[in-house]
Amino acid sequence: MQAQLLEGGFADLPVDASHTFRAVMTAMARPGDIMDVAGAKPPSPLSTACGAVLLTLCDPDTPIYLGTSHNTPEVRDWITFHTGAPFSDVENATFAIGTWQALPLSEFAIGTPEYPDRSATLIVETADLSNAGTTLKGPGIKDQAQLSLPEQQAFQANAALFPLGLDFIFTSGNRLAALPRTTKVS
Amino acid sequence: MSDYNFAYLDEQTKRMIRRAILKGLAIPGYQVPFASREMPMPYGWGTGGVQVSAAVLTPEDTLKVIDQGADDTTNAVSIRRFFEKTAGVQVTEATTDASVIQTRHRIPEQDLRADQILVYQVPIPEPLRFLEPSEVETRKMHSLEEYGLMHVKLYEDISQHGDIATAYAYPVKVEGRYVMDPSPIPKFDNPKLEMAGIQLFGAGREQRIYAIPPYTQVVSLDFDDYPFQASKADHACDLCGAKDSYLDELIVDDQGGRVFMCSDTDYCSTRRAQGHVGAQGSPIQEDAA
Repeated sequence: MQAQLLEGGFADLPVDASHTFRAVMTAMARPGDIMDVAGAKPPSPLSTACGAVLLTLCDPDTPIYLGTSHNTPEVRDWITFHTGAPFSDVENATFAIGTWQALPLSEFAIGTPEYPDRSATLIVETADLSNAGTTLKGPGIKDQAQLSLPEQQAFQANAALFPLGLDFIFTSGNRLAALPRTTKVS
Repeated sequence: MSDYNFAYLDEQTKRMIRRAILKGLAIPGYQVPFASREMPMPYGWGTGGVQVSAAVLTPEDTLKVIDQGADDTTNAVSIRRFFEKTAGVQVTEATTDASVIQTRHRIPEQDLRADQILVYQVPIPEPLRFLEPSEVETRKMHSLEEYGLMHVKLYEDISQHGDIATAYAYPVKVEGRYVMDPSPIPKFDNPKLEMAGIQLFGAGREQRIYAIPPYTQVVSLDFDDYPFQASKADHACDLCGAKDSYLDELIVDDQGGRVFMCSDTDYCSTRRAQGHVGAQGSPIQEDAA
């Protein structure tokens, strides 16, 4: 067992998790807002922000799907030690981690008409996150917002599924943004 | 405070609640089931709101708790002290100073800012519950967007009373999809549900969490010929003279004497401190003793 997999968790779990959750909640409530998070030092290729989100939201109740971009022994060991979350196939995953290309969008759970909340949350690792590019409208956005999304069509198709659909958290370095299923992109 | 985990709840419970809050924000108005915990207060005293607040609070937050608009009622005081003790957060009675506001049955008169979070205590989260007792059925009705029954209820109000008599917990449609119970706030407060802050709803006994993100469309149900009207007592506040605030009516003696006063105590005292005096009010300095 490598000692470094034991490192990189929150120094003060309740406090660091509360800060990270406030950032994630603000991002989910205000699509387009980019938030800073801190406190986690996960092994590469996990970003700081992705690590902090995992430590804040994942535990033995949340099966995780690792995209091919992130499916390394170091990442698996770190997540297992720090969260206890099991790894699962695509259909049963509550959370998924990977680059945009590494996540098979069409196969994740999108919820059921009676329980639309039983849908996956995808944590998409991106190289860059900025308020430019795609225009966002919908709940949480006063007039409109801009966010650098990897593409538009997939998010339009996802929004068309409402109230079913996937929710996205984009992470880059120590920054994150989110895109719930309600946001209309153009 | 070191005797408790930060904000009382254990971390795994908070993670479960936090995941429910995120799904609630992603599906505005939809009731997300969650595994509500026993709290050190009885059901009906805001256990849902307390659990949501515990999952949301950070050590830097300033908490305000109101019960029917008042900061100084038993429920508000005990919840405020609970978080002072278990989370070590700052508390306040001033709406403008608070970052998280837990409320029972009112929205503060003062417009909330984008950086403020409003947490509601909800007794019955299901707007269709008194029309259809079965959870299986109401869930199906939500999934099929089958809300005709609610319109029948409002229609029966009109046919019996000549007007929509529902005065609180007035049903709303969120973002054109889910019909939602805004908790038993007076319908006077319904227009304020479209606000800049994040609104979270927690129902402890019924084990549901739901949410309204900022700037989300919230429409009170009505009919073209009987449009929704946000009503209040047709008076000015007798203490501060405000004509735009929601009023409580108090019987003050055995002769039927009555006083109307703002239900939002912070709004009223702020106005009185600014020198506004109502019909039966006195300048605030004289009350200081």
